[in-house]
Amino acid sequence: MQSANRTEVEDFLFNEAELLDQWRLPEWLTLFTDDARYEVPCTDLPADASSDVNLFYIADDRARLGERVKRLMKRTAHAEFPHSKTSRIVGNVRIQSRREDEIDVTSVFQTLRTKDGVTDLYFGTNKYRLALRDDGFRIREKRCLLGGEGLRPSGRISIVL
Amino acid sequence: MNAEQPQPALLVDPAQRIFKVARRNFVDPEIFRAEKEMIFDRSWLYLGHSSELPKPGDFITRKVAGRGILFTRDSKGQLRALLNTCPHRGAQVCRERKGNAKSFQCFYHGWVFGADGKLRSQPGEASYPEGFKGRDTSNMQPVPRFETYRDFNFISFDSNIMPLVDYLAGAKEYLDVICDQTDAGMSIVAGSQEYSIRANWKLLTENSIDGYHAATTHATYFDILMSSTDNLATGMGAGGYGYDLGNGHAVLEYGAPWGRPVAQWIPGWGEAGKSEIGRIYDNLVARHGQERADRIARRNRNLFIFPNLVVNDIMALTVRTYFPMAPDYMVINAWALAPNDESAWARKYRLNNFLEFLGPGGFATPDDAEALEHCQRGFENSKEALWNDISKGMGKEKAQHDDELQMRAFWTQWNKQMFPAPASGIKSAAA
Repeated sequence: MQSANRTEVEDFLFNEAELLDQWRLPEWLTLFTDDARYEVPCTDLPADASSDVNLFYIADDRARLGERVKRLMKRTAHAEFPHSKTSRIVGNVRIQSRREDEIDVTSVFQTLRTKDGVTDLYFGTNKYRLALRDDGFRIREKRCLLGGEGLRPSGRISIVL
Repeated sequence: MNAEQPQPALLVDPAQRIFKVARRNFVDPEIFRAEKEMIFDRSWLYLGHSSELPKPGDFITRKVAGRGILFTRDSKGQLRALLNTCPHRGAQVCRERKGNAKSFQCFYHGWVFGADGKLRSQPGEASYPEGFKGRDTSNMQPVPRFETYRDFNFISFDSNIMPLVDYLAGAKEYLDVICDQTDAGMSIVAGSQEYSIRANWKLLTENSIDGYHAATTHATYFDILMSSTDNLATGMGAGGYGYDLGNGHAVLEYGAPWGRPVAQWIPGWGEAGKSEIGRIYDNLVARHGQERADRIARRNRNLFIFPNLVVNDIMALTVRTYFPMAPDYMVINAWALAPNDESAWARKYRLNNFLEFLGPGGFATPDDAEALEHCQRGFENSKEALWNDISKGMGKEKAQHDDELQMRAFWTQWNKQMFPAPASGIKSAAA
């Protein structure tokens, strides 16, 4: 996988979006490395802020990401019962830099979520650190930089962005 | 409000242990309009924490009860709360969220104000009379009242309101318990959670001091918690009580199995965490004695300050305030508060703890929001299904943390402010 190109990255990210739209979360979780992080900073923080010293919306290590998936598949995750319907559009995919065993990728996203007759829009930029493995990419880091100010009127991040 | 009420707002009968709240209070546009005047214009409202403006010239713009406020620290270091409106033609003066500035210029006609709100200069000064700048009416207006208790800054639009310390009543002592975690002061951690819920604001008041809903609403959180803690050590709500603190304020105080950065260790924090938490705890004992140290370190507090401030001293320390935008829509601002002398380890685990439970991306808050929104939906039937019941624990000598005394304290004050004339809208004033 030394010569990953943008088409391959796009295929990977489109597949990720499809897994999320179809609520195949346990399968989605296998896209991550064991040391992975998934983070959503608050919108008044700089893009490179650290969750060790700043309040985020989400700052999951791999263990908590697993708990997030487990939780969202339960009937008692009330915010997502019944599961909302989502539609993700991923675009502007670019490889920003390459290292020996990983690449930095950015994309923009627009995610629509409908539940109980109300549709909300989430939008922003996703920054990925993708590990290059023999059998394809793995997500080492996914940082979701929300556009807009705060979570209004969407209110919450009960889906995965 | 018009005295003509189709039904009372509350139905209270202590002898029968009845305390009911009309669901109309959550949906009626008339109530929503009256609350602006009777509640939000006549209470002390949380503006911000002193630590958010550490240096002279620091400023924040913030909406409080629909007003645009410019919160500054002036060149002499004094905190100011100004109405963010140009005295000239009314434009919003400062349009940035936060920053540091020597002065603020209204871009419409170029008037310049100091961080104290005083007019410094305006283009075409020669066309104004001598002494124009010296007039009070040439300056940005301060909010009618602005007072601070232990770095919590409050404003009020009622110039005749009682002093903040009196208003806080029994809540003052709980703020002390929280602030006494450290003698190095506390700071708001960078990063503001700004979200919304499609529900009436009073539902969040109730939810924030509701010890009754945790087991069912937050079932998934407790599943996770049980796998990371020794759940036999401290059961949820152990020895917990609810208190009416006067003036509509209320608190729950209880034991819980989660880790507390000040200072209750859980196995998930490892040996390094054990010695760190031990050090913090020993320090509390040295400063406050065993009994108060135990209360500070091992008890949890959900503190509500009427009408819209919640300070949760639980698995992390949160400050949360919220405002109605419509009968069925509110906006919420939430921050993490932390001791200034905390180690990098403790800060990291504090924030980690915060996000596990709290906030719109956590494992609990989204389910609260869902519950509140489905109350609001349930209230669609409020013309036929009239009443909420908050009588749990009524008549007990001491209310438990999962009784509903706290909510009754809120609603009693709400009713008193909304319907000040005797016997207009309430059958019995007693709670």
